[in-house]
Amino acid sequence: MTTAGRQRLAGLIRKESLQIMRDPSSIAIAFVLPVVLLFLFGYGVSLDARNIPIGIVVEQPDASTQSLSGSFEKSDYFSPFYFQTIQQAERALEQRDIDGIVWLKNDFARKLFSQPDAVIAVRVNGVNSNQANLTLGYIRGTWLAWITHQAEARGTKLEMPIQLEHRVWFNPAVDSRFFLVPGVVAIIMTLIGTLLTALVVAREWDRGTMEALFVTPLRNHEFIAGKLIPYFVLGITSLFVNFLLAIWLFKVPFEGSLWLLLLTGSLYMLVSLAVGLLISVVAKNQFVAGQIAIITGFLPAFILSGFIFDINSMPAAIQLITHIVPARYFVAILQTLFLAGDIWPVILANTGALLILLAVFSWLVAKKTRKSLE
Amino acid sequence: MNSPFLLIIALALKEFLALLRDKSSRFVLIGPPIAQLLVFGYAASYDLDNISVAIYNEDRGIASRELVGRIEGSPNINVLYRIQKESEIAGLIDNRDVLLVMHIDSEFSATIAKGESATVQLLLDGRNSNTAMIALNYLRDIILQLNRQWSDQKQARGPPAIIEARAWYNENLHSQWFIVTGIVGLLTLVVTLIVTALSVAREREQGTFDQLLVTPVHPVFILIGKALPGLLIGLIEGGVIITLAVGWFDIPLRGSFVALYLGLFLFLLSAVGIGLMISAICITQQQAVLGAFLFLVPAVILSGFATPIANMPDVVQLLTWIDPLKYFLVIIRSVFMEGGDLGLLWPQFWPMAIIAALSLAMAGWLFKHRMY
Repeated sequence: MTTAGRQRLAGLIRKESLQIMRDPSSIAIAFVLPVVLLFLFGYGVSLDARNIPIGIVVEQPDASTQSLSGSFEKSDYFSPFYFQTIQQAERALEQRDIDGIVWLKNDFARKLFSQPDAVIAVRVNGVNSNQANLTLGYIRGTWLAWITHQAEARGTKLEMPIQLEHRVWFNPAVDSRFFLVPGVVAIIMTLIGTLLTALVVAREWDRGTMEALFVTPLRNHEFIAGKLIPYFVLGITSLFVNFLLAIWLFKVPFEGSLWLLLLTGSLYMLVSLAVGLLISVVAKNQFVAGQIAIITGFLPAFILSGFIFDINSMPAAIQLITHIVPARYFVAILQTLFLAGDIWPVILANTGALLILLAVFSWLVAKKTRKSLE
Repeated sequence: MNSPFLLIIALALKEFLALLRDKSSRFVLIGPPIAQLLVFGYAASYDLDNISVAIYNEDRGIASRELVGRIEGSPNINVLYRIQKESEIAGLIDNRDVLLVMHIDSEFSATIAKGESATVQLLLDGRNSNTAMIALNYLRDIILQLNRQWSDQKQARGPPAIIEARAWYNENLHSQWFIVTGIVGLLTLVVTLIVTALSVAREREQGTFDQLLVTPVHPVFILIGKALPGLLIGLIEGGVIITLAVGWFDIPLRGSFVALYLGLFLFLLSAVGIGLMISAICITQQQAVLGAFLFLVPAVILSGFATPIANMPDVVQLLTWIDPLKYFLVIIRSVFMEGGDLGLLWPQFWPMAIIAALSLAMAGWLFKHRMY
């Protein structure tokens, strides 16, 4: 690059950086929102149910019903409320005061060890099906543990041919925070790379300053580099800050190596910048650019990336769509680097996919920018 | 043009034109939300129907073959590998080739034939621990059924595993019912908020807002004129998406239509109020979009859209009180699945009305008092 070229580039970078620093809204997106998101996912939301309010209906209290209710009370998963009749409990379920009912009918004690059929009935509110499934699982687990214990106490043995023992690798305590926090890092970088970039560049089209930039001696590649470098720096800085918060504040383990995180993070940042530029070039209008960036960048990073929802269980057509969502590959890399370590097959496959996406999106940007003044 | 009614109509008409004149703006109001509903409606699911499994069976007996047969026969499970060596396990899980490995040791069938309990080991990839726990629950069910069947055959006392369990409202526990109703709220909020957030900011950026303020039109009318387009677009958009939820996704609409639309109206009114507030604070369109986004992201996360509010710490739960999406999600899910009506949902209506009133008043005040 010539001296003049370097100067032109430096000038553009300076302009772009000042534009970010002087606008409170881009500061908010680049610095405030990442921290808010990280705290919300680190402290705020969780998929691990605790203290589920359940109603226990005891029609005829005796020693065995008392001991069963005791096990529900001792469990971290439940906070039980007591009802005299099933009707009262069902009313509470309808009004969403409780999420489930465990119903011990008046023949509970008599039937307990004398017949193989169901002696307790369970109702759950199925509106949130995931939560309902978990609640059913916990109720079943508590019941099974109690009945096994009771049988032992009576000297009989329950026939359980297969005992299931399980171990959860990489997250033995099964803490949903451990996969949510690394996933959020991908979302934040998508925000900076795609949304912020798309808007800022679209504004130049809106205001007509883009044409003004084109008539300067600025070359095409200098223009793209000048636009991208400030956002790239911003994205990597926030990757670094998020990484530190994740491991220090939220105690998420980091098993992989830092240089791999930086390398794959930089690659992902480039891909989301390319997407952001592409959106702005296509939209040329801030309203449209903002909508497209949210719809094609942000929401898919949430829903189609495997961050929360399992990609393998999606219908085939939608699994195909997930392949052009860059966040999908970066989420896989992040979850692996944080929780599992440098697992090369995972890292290489996903890095390769990101490289291909980068090539495709850059080619599209180059094609569109050149033609865009006609 | 002195009638306030005509004034408002004229203002709203002008807003509509500003929004709909541009071909791509028209498009983003209609195309993407519908496409998203369809894509996310199928994508966002907690149900696993393709759990990839590897089986490491060291046992040659009948019992283990029956167990493996059960696993293979499950519609939700896809047995991808039969492995021969323990050393293969780590690679398969590490590389995400399988979600879990089931290990049956060589004594399995012999132990069961003796009438004792034999242990089966499951190793799960916990990188997404929620998915791992759901898969574990599926396998537990299969094994419980097999246990009961075996002990019934031997006429022995098996575990009283069958709890008579029933799920209300969403009887087959389709997570699609939960997610799609959530998406209705999410998409109408996104569209309405962006439309209103940009309305004042666009004029500020172009300098026409000052001109509007010096006309004899009272700011309250300007406010109403600016609020109407977002409200109408949200109502239409919401109607289309609700129709698709019923017609395309076959989610039963059991409750009161009046309650649903009153809820949608109040929800949109508060979204419009917040949008106008953002719009009144911002000087440029870019700030308005980013400001809308700054509200949108926490609002979605705290609404109970994907993660239950009950799982949040108490302090965070307090924050959800000012989130209009939280109330609307309760309403729409209740009207769809629980058959909710005005009486049952009353506690959800008034908080949204308060949020709407406060935010609209605040926006009106900001119209007048923020000038530069």
